[in-house]
Amino acid sequence: MIVRILGEGQIEVPADSLHELNELDEALAHAVEKGDETGFRSCLADLVNRVREVGEPVAADHLGPSEYIIPGADAELDDVRSLLSEEGLIPG
Amino acid sequence: MGLMKRFSDVMKAKTSKLLDKAEDPRETLDYSYEKQLEMVQKVRRGLADVATSRKRLELQQAQLKASGDKLEGQARQAVAAGKEDLAREALNRRAGIQSQLDGIDAQRAQLQAEEDKLTVALQRLQAKVEAFRTKKETIKATYTAAEAQTKIGEAVSGISEEMGDVGLAIQRAEDKTATMQARAGAVDELLASGALEDVTAEPGGDIQAQLDALSAGSSVDAELAKMKAELGSGPPAPKEIGGGGEESK
Repeated sequence: MIVRILGEGQIEVPADSLHELNELDEALAHAVEKGDETGFRSCLADLVNRVREVGEPVAADHLGPSEYIIPGADAELDDVRSLLSEEGLIPG
Repeated sequence: MGLMKRFSDVMKAKTSKLLDKAEDPRETLDYSYEKQLEMVQKVRRGLADVATSRKRLELQQAQLKASGDKLEGQARQAVAAGKEDLAREALNRRAGIQSQLDGIDAQRAQLQAEEDKLTVALQRLQAKVEAFRTKKETIKATYTAAEAQTKIGEAVSGISEEMGDVGLAIQRAEDKTATMQARAGAVDELLASGALEDVTAEPGGDIQAQLDALSAGSSVDAELAKMKAELGSGPPAPKEIGGGGEESK
């Protein structure tokens, strides 16, 4: 399956990593809901690093959507909130 | 639900709106391609803007550095001449310059990071746009409108996602540049006023107030003591050491 790290591009991740990534993702979502800035930073770093570790970058000329999308490692809590709001990810 | 899925859902919702617009899905291909070319141009312009801003900061760094060196020289002269107040004033101003320099360096590093990211993003986008162009022609030549639907959906949603990602990177770079511009404008005014350079210029006024606020007072005392100690080791003949007042204009 393909995961996009925003600002970095797409990464092909083996399907058997999904469970582990989901757990990291849940922790991240929890930190966002609580507005826990410190927790958000460390959870996001864990998730992004793990995706990089288990995955391989997808060829630049590949044309296909990603199954999952995660914020870039340097994203702010506010960025993530506004991305999840109605405005969405694609400007315009 | 975790974030990974929510993010991709938001993205898919946007893409399906785009696909619904065209009656013949093959028209979507041309429409999307146009948008892609526009995005490539936008990223190129954004990249040029960031580079220009970074160069402006580098120029300011050089100017401020020169002003700081000059003030240090003035402080030494003043100490040598026994004018402690003037030396203190010069060191205060130099401390102000140093804090400006620290801020500018952090901003320059941020802009450099944005520039690097955008450069990579542009390469990736260009590779995808080229792949899309090839695929677009194949799809239009080979498939009927009905058959083309699935193929188009995948190609368009793939590239739209990339465009969304790049669009965010551009937005972010623009925000950083705007913040930087405001600060750079203030520094330019300070530089143009000449107040940073010459301690014998009229004291007081807004510039002085700004510099006082910026200055790190405690380090000034330490430096003053250090300079006194350095100069104190020589013979007590201020005029010989400082070269007199010839440079105090």
